[in-house]
Amino acid sequence: MIKRLAKCVREYKLPTILTLLFILGEAVIETLIPFITADLISNIKNGAEMSQIVKTGLLLVLMALLSLSFGGVAGFTCSKAAAGFSKNLRHDLFAKVQTYSFANIDKFSSSSLVTRMTTDVFNVQMSFMMLIRTAIRSPLLLIFSVVMAFVMGGKLAFTFIIVIPILGGGLLLVAKKAMPAFHAVFRKYDRLNESIEENVRAMRVVKGFSREEYEKEKFTAEAEKIRMDFTKAERIVALNTPLMQFCMYFNMVVILLVGSQIAINCGGDPFDVGQISAMLTYGTQILMSLMMLSMIFVMLTMSAESARRIYEVLCEESSLTNPENPLTEVVDGSVDFDAVSFKYAESAKRYSLSNIELHIPSGATVGIIGGTGSGKSSLVQLIPRLYDATEGSVRVGGHDVRSYDLDTLRGAVAMVLQKNLLFSGTIKENLRWGNESATDEELREACRLAQADEFVLSFPDGYDTKIEQGGTNVSGGQKQRLCIARALLKKPKILILDDSTSAVDTKTDALIREGFRSYIPDTTKIIIAQRIASVEKADIIIVMNNGTVDAVGNHEQLLATNEIYREVYEQQTNGGAQDGKE
Amino acid sequence: MAKNKNSMPMGARPPKRKLDIGLLKRLLKMLFRAYPVLLPLSILCILFTGIVSTIPSIFLQRVTETVQQYQPTQDWVAASKIIIPQVAVLIVLYVFSITSITLESQLMAYITQGFLYKMRKTMFEKMQDLPIKYFDTHKHGDIMSYYTNDIDTLRQLVSQSMPTIIRASVIVISVLAIMLYYSIWLTILLLVGVVFMALVSKKIGGGSARFFIKLQRSVGGMEGYVQEMMNGQKVVKVFSHEEQSRKDFDKVNDELFQNAYRANAYANMLGPIIMNIGNVMYVIVAVVGGLLMAAKTPNLSFSGLALGVDIIVPFLNMTKQFTGNINQFSQQINSIVMALAGAGRVFELMDQAPEADEGYVTLVNATVDAEGNVHEADHHTGIWAWKHPHSADGSVTYTLLRGDVRMTEVDFGYEEGKTVLHDVSVFAEPGQKVAFVGATGAGKTTITNLINRFYDIADGKIRYDGININKIRKSDLRRSLGIVLQDTNLFTGTVMENIRYGNLDATDEECIRAAKLAGADDFITRLPGGYETELSNNGSNLSQGQRQLIAIARAAVADPPVMILDEATSSIDTRTEAIVQKGMDALMKGRTVFVIAHRLSTVRNSDVIMVLDHGRIIERGNHEKLIAEKGQYYQLYTGAFELE
Repeated sequence: MIKRLAKCVREYKLPTILTLLFILGEAVIETLIPFITADLISNIKNGAEMSQIVKTGLLLVLMALLSLSFGGVAGFTCSKAAAGFSKNLRHDLFAKVQTYSFANIDKFSSSSLVTRMTTDVFNVQMSFMMLIRTAIRSPLLLIFSVVMAFVMGGKLAFTFIIVIPILGGGLLLVAKKAMPAFHAVFRKYDRLNESIEENVRAMRVVKGFSREEYEKEKFTAEAEKIRMDFTKAERIVALNTPLMQFCMYFNMVVILLVGSQIAINCGGDPFDVGQISAMLTYGTQILMSLMMLSMIFVMLTMSAESARRIYEVLCEESSLTNPENPLTEVVDGSVDFDAVSFKYAESAKRYSLSNIELHIPSGATVGIIGGTGSGKSSLVQLIPRLYDATEGSVRVGGHDVRSYDLDTLRGAVAMVLQKNLLFSGTIKENLRWGNESATDEELREACRLAQADEFVLSFPDGYDTKIEQGGTNVSGGQKQRLCIARALLKKPKILILDDSTSAVDTKTDALIREGFRSYIPDTTKIIIAQRIASVEKADIIIVMNNGTVDAVGNHEQLLATNEIYREVYEQQTNGGAQDGKE
Repeated sequence: MAKNKNSMPMGARPPKRKLDIGLLKRLLKMLFRAYPVLLPLSILCILFTGIVSTIPSIFLQRVTETVQQYQPTQDWVAASKIIIPQVAVLIVLYVFSITSITLESQLMAYITQGFLYKMRKTMFEKMQDLPIKYFDTHKHGDIMSYYTNDIDTLRQLVSQSMPTIIRASVIVISVLAIMLYYSIWLTILLLVGVVFMALVSKKIGGGSARFFIKLQRSVGGMEGYVQEMMNGQKVVKVFSHEEQSRKDFDKVNDELFQNAYRANAYANMLGPIIMNIGNVMYVIVAVVGGLLMAAKTPNLSFSGLALGVDIIVPFLNMTKQFTGNINQFSQQINSIVMALAGAGRVFELMDQAPEADEGYVTLVNATVDAEGNVHEADHHTGIWAWKHPHSADGSVTYTLLRGDVRMTEVDFGYEEGKTVLHDVSVFAEPGQKVAFVGATGAGKTTITNLINRFYDIADGKIRYDGININKIRKSDLRRSLGIVLQDTNLFTGTVMENIRYGNLDATDEECIRAAKLAGADDFITRLPGGYETELSNNGSNLSQGQRQLIAIARAAVADPPVMILDEATSSIDTRTEAIVQKGMDALMKGRTVFVIAHRLSTVRNSDVIMVLDHGRIIERGNHEKLIAEKGQYYQLYTGAFELE
């Protein structure tokens, strides 16, 4: 996992390495400073030449400036490396999702993909920054300080040998105890937030049933549990502070006591008050680096969950692949289903489609009708290979869909999905999804065919009208017609409308179908509809029921022989056949 | 050390460099009121440990002095007589300090979580009492961020910033005092350096804030783009538009990168810069101190001690401590400003006026005696009555709950001056089915929003069983109305729990009976866990039609005399609807029902159909009458008209 994520550093290897180098430099200087300072103090104490004091002072200022520039540059390169790393992570994630098949997309919900590309990437970015800035620095500072302390203090440095294991072990123990507690409470906390969200979303239901008090009680109980768990976890972590203090004070006492003894006994050479002061500084540095290390440890384990979620997306392989030597031309718009069975997930018990046998000649108009869950959408989604048939084969233009280049196939098969979307941008930009190089005249022609030209022109900005995110500023019927126009621009061999005119009034609906007949007679048109009126003039009507083809025929035949068809027909003609919207 | 994983350091709002003292006061007041004893106690602990941490400087001075004194003779035994008692005192202080910091850190963990709990609880409870209008006019994402981001910044404030500020201030003050005690010249020198530090950090902080604002915008842009694309991923596939959207994304992504790295670069550079200014200060103090000492300049100090190495050494250590704590201080400013901004938003929610309810007519269990008089009962009788106290003469009248709803000449607008309903009158007698038909935005849902008083009418009257609904206690009014909405909202929990939401006292049998009535029993029993199947994420494992059926069952178990069905069956296909229809008819029998539906087959058998257009009722009557009129309804019915 780390390896895959690390690959995203790519062109930001240089700033990453520079960061490490500069941090190394900074750490070296930082440990040298107290050493030189000890000299300075001894100089002052021994009444050395002024020039000597100034010289040492200048050396120290120079070191501080060096440390400043190292630190500053490292801060810069580090944020560049981290931001670049996260940019590449997002890029890889996004690019990966683009290769996903419908089955892959179903597996991750869109909101979970959004979280992974935002919050999770930010978490990992922060950890990366921490890692290259502090994870190198702290152990280095620790080691350098210990070494310097020994060089300077000799025996006195043994106090660190006592304190380091105590603090290190203590911190580790605290982290080990606290981590599972935090993990558990974070999960609960997430659930609490989910339930708040649920409550906000369902406020009309809550108020409609006067359940405010009930919700309050429910919330209080959950929040109380979280408070207790959080307090428990935080109290474990809070032990770090006294532990740290204890070690620091222990050091101080030992250094003051033993240090002064040494300083007196040796008469100030080589160990003197300057060295006592420096030892105190090293002591603080050592303990602080240990503290930082334990913080990094905690932070890394916490972002490990984010990293795992990112990795999951990066590792998911598309369930659809292009064949080797793919066909790059679709000859005609004929569609054949040969003994096709299909289920959405490997593990699903029930087949969504079973044993479908259908043969549709090129240029035919096909209507599909059936209740929810009867398999209409599943059936047509196999044609542009949005999913692969589990058993049997689907052929387009006489060849198995799996033998085509995916782009070729999907270029020839235009599908208007049931849950359709326009994207933010102008109407023109949205239509050009169908054909990037379409001329304005071609756009209008497609819109005329989809009965959209008229209302588009009625907007003040016409084809340059901005569509809001989610297409909220056009009505449902208008949106559907724009989506049809967008699909028509592909000049497809096969056009599939999955319940795409449900919000369009019947007159317009009829006009659209009329247009199809006269202007794109060679295109195979497959229309899924709830309204009998939308399909009754089709050459072939397919009645779906429970994932099987219940009957195939034209309107008259089905009316005479098929019970479901007749039932729906009678219900619609007697009881308000013209539904406004499905 | 435990950062909430929901907190997004990069996504954090840019700090406005301004402190709102009023907010701070209010927050502190709440905090002190919540912990009137524990909080002062832990502050005392902080003060004590802060002061103790500056004490070593004094001891260091004493020890250095002694060392100097005895170094020529190398007489440790004599020196130890002075040093050991000194160190002993230090040890005693340390023991106290460690004890008090242990107490303080444990207390703060307790106080922080307790305070956050209180804030969450208060916020949630206040929120439950807000009118629907609040939820209609605020983005749900924004409301959620009060609970996640803003509460999180408060945690930072209480558990870290506040103790740090107190500790740093007390240390700075006592170090300053000790420094003045030793040498005034050197102290002034140091203060000049501190001013310089403050200037630098302000400069850099400003640059950082500028980029954080830009960063904020590009984070928003990226999130918006990703959200749209992830939702439309299937459309992208159908149009083989992957390459293009990848390119578009890279543009957004690159902009984010540019701003992110600049903003963080500024922030990252601040630390080393401040720290090294501290180092330079250290050197300057050492050199100047040395010079002063060498030049034998008379020392100006409160102690009257001569400037010697025994003063310079502890002074240097204090320099470190002083600048270090100033740095601590400056680093907390940002998080305090951010926490206050968060607190401001949280208070805004808490300060919203709750849904007003002056209703005094309540719903009570009742019995009817032989003469037809209604009496209040203290047990469940299955008969309900409105208890109507009259303040004029102190008498109480009881009216049987029947479900008679009359709206007379009602005007209403969501915003002042924008009337969306004009002069609407609707009379629904008990057991009648009233349907509303019309284009989106014609005002159908608005009418139902008024009956249950999600919104209050501007003009006109609505009466329920002859009582003005403004006089009825809202919870009782709503209890007498069942609503099923188009957007079905289910809760995390089992199917059974979801149905029981309609009536918390319902037994399992009653819930199942309601499900059967709604036609939901069939599919529920086929679910893997039956009625005990866990639903999550708004029942995402069910189809929209199945969710609607559960919502209908939920309303059925409440058994209200009046039902409002707002597109309740819109996602059930016509064939299934025909099957459910029987259940629906049974459900509607004997109740007053308001139906809103696009699908005209659903409303055809209503007693009266209202055709709405731009907030006005333009046609009314039953199906046959409206068809015969050949008006708008007729056109809708024959499909000449688009409803959306």
